[in-house]
Amino acid sequence: MRNMEYLLKNGYVVDPANKIDCERKDIAVKDGKIVESVDESRAKVIDVKDMLVMPGGVDLHSHIAGSKVNVGRLFRPEDHYKDYEVRSGVRRSGVGHSVPSIFTTGYRYAILGYTTVFEPATPPLKTLHTHDELNDIPILDKACFPLFGNNWFVMEYIRDGKLEECAAYIAWLMRSIKGYAIKVVDPGGVETWKWGGTVQDFDQEVPRFGITPREIVRGLVKVNKLLGLPHPIHVHANQLGMPGNYKTTLRTMDAVKDLATGDRPILHLTHVQFNAYGGVDYLSISSHADDIADYVNKNPHVTMDIGQVIFGDTTTMTADGPFEYKLFNLLRGKWANADVEVETGAGVVPITYSRSNYVHAVMWCIGLELALLIKDPWRVFITTDHPNGGPFTEYPRVFSWLMSKKARERVLKRLPRLARARTNLKDIDREYTFYELAISTRAATAKILGLSNKGHLGVGADADIAVFNINPKEVNPSVDYKLVRQAFSRAYLTMKDGEIVVKDGEIVAAPVGRTYWVNTKAPKDVEDVVISEVKKLFEEYYTVRFENYYIPESYLACSAPIQPLEPAG
Amino acid sequence: MKVINAVVCPCCGNLCDDNEVQVEDNKIVKVRTECAISSSKFLNYYKERNTKPLVRVDGQLKPTTLEDAIERVARMLVEAEYPLLYGWSLTSCEAQKKGVELAEEVGGVIDNTTTVCHGPSILGVQDLGDPTCTLGEVRARADLIIYWGCNPSSAHVRHMKRYSSLSKGRFRLPEQRKVVVVDVRKTPTARNANVFVQVKPNQDYELMTALKMLLQNEEIEEQEVAGVPIEQIEELAELMRGCEFGVLFYGLGLTMSEGREKNIDAALTLVRELNKWTKFAIMPMRGHYNVTGANQVLTWQTGYPYAVDFSRGYPRFEPGDTTAVDVLSRGYNDATLVVASDPVANFPKDAVKHLCSEPLAVIDPHISLTAFMADVVIPSAFIGIEEEGTAYRMDGVPLILKKVVEPPEGILSDVQILDLILKRVRELKRGR
Repeated sequence: MRNMEYLLKNGYVVDPANKIDCERKDIAVKDGKIVESVDESRAKVIDVKDMLVMPGGVDLHSHIAGSKVNVGRLFRPEDHYKDYEVRSGVRRSGVGHSVPSIFTTGYRYAILGYTTVFEPATPPLKTLHTHDELNDIPILDKACFPLFGNNWFVMEYIRDGKLEECAAYIAWLMRSIKGYAIKVVDPGGVETWKWGGTVQDFDQEVPRFGITPREIVRGLVKVNKLLGLPHPIHVHANQLGMPGNYKTTLRTMDAVKDLATGDRPILHLTHVQFNAYGGVDYLSISSHADDIADYVNKNPHVTMDIGQVIFGDTTTMTADGPFEYKLFNLLRGKWANADVEVETGAGVVPITYSRSNYVHAVMWCIGLELALLIKDPWRVFITTDHPNGGPFTEYPRVFSWLMSKKARERVLKRLPRLARARTNLKDIDREYTFYELAISTRAATAKILGLSNKGHLGVGADADIAVFNINPKEVNPSVDYKLVRQAFSRAYLTMKDGEIVVKDGEIVAAPVGRTYWVNTKAPKDVEDVVISEVKKLFEEYYTVRFENYYIPESYLACSAPIQPLEPAG
Repeated sequence: MKVINAVVCPCCGNLCDDNEVQVEDNKIVKVRTECAISSSKFLNYYKERNTKPLVRVDGQLKPTTLEDAIERVARMLVEAEYPLLYGWSLTSCEAQKKGVELAEEVGGVIDNTTTVCHGPSILGVQDLGDPTCTLGEVRARADLIIYWGCNPSSAHVRHMKRYSSLSKGRFRLPEQRKVVVVDVRKTPTARNANVFVQVKPNQDYELMTALKMLLQNEEIEEQEVAGVPIEQIEELAELMRGCEFGVLFYGLGLTMSEGREKNIDAALTLVRELNKWTKFAIMPMRGHYNVTGANQVLTWQTGYPYAVDFSRGYPRFEPGDTTAVDVLSRGYNDATLVVASDPVANFPKDAVKHLCSEPLAVIDPHISLTAFMADVVIPSAFIGIEEEGTAYRMDGVPLILKKVVEPPEGILSDVQILDLILKRVRELKRGR
C-alpha cells in the first residue's frame, strides 16, 4: 500500500548523493516519499539489520520496449523456450531470456533492485507502440528517447543554419509524442543506409542532404541547450562495432568540446565498449579504452555508459540498421531490418558471445576497462546496453567483476592469449567500492537524467529503495565476489514509491509506474512557423496524417510530465 | 452536422487514415474516401446488426440479458479444461490484451487469424529474419515494386496509390518505378504492371530458387522453371539486381499454396541475397485491419505472436499443436470463445464440426455464421466507428482508431465485455 508508513531499521545505508557511505541509519517512508521520521507505533517496522540499503537502481539505457524489441521477441522463439515464468499470485506469466516479455521485464528489474529504467531509442512514428509496451511494464518508472540523428527535418534545419527552427521542431515533436531526450544513432548513417550505403567517416556527407555527422551532432548539442532538456544528447556514435572506430569516438567527443559551458556534461556517449576498438580488421582488433578514458578524465563535458559484454547468447538490436547488416554478414544467421520513413531505422541480429572468440574476448575486456579507467564514477555508468551486450539480468555479474580483481582474473585467464595481450585489463588493480557502485548505478544516472527525486535517499526523494542481504562492513567484495553476485541477484526488499514490491527475491506487488516525458516549449512565434512548415511537408513525407501523429497524454497509463530546465547561457 | 477528419478506416491492413466522415444525429451520412470497401463499411456497418445478447434454448437463439450472457460465457470458460479463445484481428489492441489476460486466467489457448493467413510468414521470419521497412520508405525510395501472390487492386484497394507503385514520394515519382506482378493468373493488379510473370500454381518456390541461383551467377540448364521461360527469369533477376531500392510485397498466394513457410523462406533468402547488390525490403500484405496488432500484443505480453497456450501456467507456442485449426480438428478443446471473427465460414470441415459440437460463445457486432452456431452471442460495438482503440498497420505503424458515433443503447465494447467476463471468471474460480 502506497499510503503506509515504513521504517527500515538498522541497515547500512549507501547513499552517495547525500555523501552517506555505509552508515547505520534508519530510513523512514511515508506517502511514497522518504521522510525525516515516522511514528514508530503506527509505521510498519522492518528490521534490515546489517543489510545493504541503497536507492532503487536507475538504468538509463536498456532496450525494453518498442517495435525493434518486439521484432527480437517475435523472431526468436528459441530465446524463450527454456526460460519461462509461471503465473503466480500478483505475477503474470511470461518468458525470458534476452528479450523477455513485458511483464517479466518489470519483475526481473525489480528483483535486481532497479525501479527506474529508460528505453533509449524510439522511432517517433512508432512511439505509440513504445508507450503501449511501457504502459504494460509493471512496477518501473520509465521514459523513452526519440531518435533524431537521421530525421529529414532536423538534418535540413541544421544544414540551413536554422537552429532555432530545429529546436522548435524538436520541442513540438518531443511534446507531441511524449519523449524525454534527444537520441542520436549513427548520425547521418541510417539515412545513408536507406540507399544501401554506410557512413565511413565523421565528415562524410549524407547523400542528398548535404550535411555531415559532425554537423548533426554539433547542431543537436546546441538545440539541446536551447531547449533546456534535462538530459544531454544521448549519442550512439558512428562506425559502431568497426575495428579502428575509437578515433571516430574521440573525434565525436572533441567535436563538441567548445560548446561546453561550466562542468555540465553536454554529451552522453552510450555503450562505448562497442566504439573503443583499435586495429584495422577483426584479426587485429584491440582495446583503446585507455585513450577514451584518458580523454574523459581530462574533459568534463562527456559522460558515458559501458555496454558490457556477457558471454552467452543474446539478441542485438539497434536503430543502427547498417551496423546490424554488417553483423549479419559476419554471422549469416537471422537478420531483421526495419527502416522508418523520414526518421530512422532499426536492425536486429541474434549473437552468441563466446569466451574463446578472440573478438568477443577483447570486447569483454574493453567494457570493464572503461568502467575502471575512467576515474570519476559520476561520469561512467554500468550497462550491458540490454540486450546488445547481454541481458540486464546479468548485472550482478558485472558488479562482481568491477568489485573484484580476483573475479575478473578468473575469466581473464580463460580468454585467448592474444586477447589478454591486446587489452589493458590484466594490469588494472582498481576495484569498485559499494559507494562507487551506488554512484554508477543510481546516484549518477539519476543525476544525468535530471531526476531529482531518484537515485538518493534524502528527505523528499521518491521512496524507491533496494535492500540487499549482504553486510558491507563484513563482506570483502574483492574476495567474496560470489556473495556480492548472489546478493545483487535477489533483492531482500525492493520498495517502489513506498510500496513493497519485492520481498526476499519474490514479487509481492505490481503497481503501475510512471512514464516521464518533457513538456518542451520553444518561442511561440518560431514554433508556429515551424509547425505550419512541417504540416505542409507532412503529407508528402509521411504516410499518416499530421493529426494522427500526435499521442494524447491520456494514452499513458501514468503520465508524469516534467518541465525543461532553464536554458544554459 | 459534424465533420470528422483523419478518420482511420477499420477495414484492411492499409489502415488509411485520411478519411473524412460526416455525422448527423449519430448517423454517418457521408464518407469522403477513395475506397469503395471503406465507404461501404462506414455507411452500412449498422445493417443486419444484432443488438441483443442471445442464448440457445431448445435449439433456437433467444434474446437474454447481458448479465445472463456474461454468466454463461464465464461458466463455460471456467468449467472447460482447455478452452480456445480465437479471433482478435478485427478488434483493438486493448481488447486483445484483455483476451490474453483471460486466456491466462482460464489456462486456455489464444490464437488469432494469423493462424490461417500469414502464419507461415511468421514462421519464415522466425527462420531467417525480416528485412523490411515502413510503407513511407517504399513511397519515398522504391524504384522496383514486386507484388507476388497478392492482388492489391482488389484486396488492398488504396495500397498502390497511397503507399506503393502509383504513389508520389519525395525521391520517386510513379513513372520512375517499375512494377512486377508474379501470380498464377492475370489479376487486375497484373494488368497495370510493367512486367507480368505467370507462375504455375504451387511452383513459386522453384521460381524463387531459380532467381536466387541466377543472382549467384549459377547456370540453369532448363528451358523454363515453374512455367516461366528462362529468359524472362533472367530479365527479372537483372531488374532486381539493378534497382536502387526494391520491395517485394507478398500475399496468401505464397503463404497458403504448396510449400507454405518454405515459400517464405525462399522469398526471404532471395531478399537477403539481393541486399548484397542493392537495397531490398519485403513485406506481407496483411489482411484484417488489426491482425498485425494481434501479433504485436501477443508477442510483447507472451513472447509469441499467435497460438499461445497457457495450459501449463506459462506461455507456450507450438505451431501445429497449439494452432486453432489443429486444436479443433484433433478435438483438444472443450469450449470456444470467438471474438470478432467467423471461423465457421472459413475453417476446414473437421475443425468446424468440433467447434460446433462443444460449447461455443461469440462476441461480434454481426450475426456471423459462427454466431448462428453459437450457444451464447454477445453483440459488441464497432471499433473505429463506435469505439476508440489502437491498431497496427501492416508495416507496424500504430494508429488510434476514432469513435465517430455512439453505439446502439446497451451495446458495450469488446474491452468492456471481456472485462465483465474476466471479473466473473475470477469470482467463480474463487468460489470453487
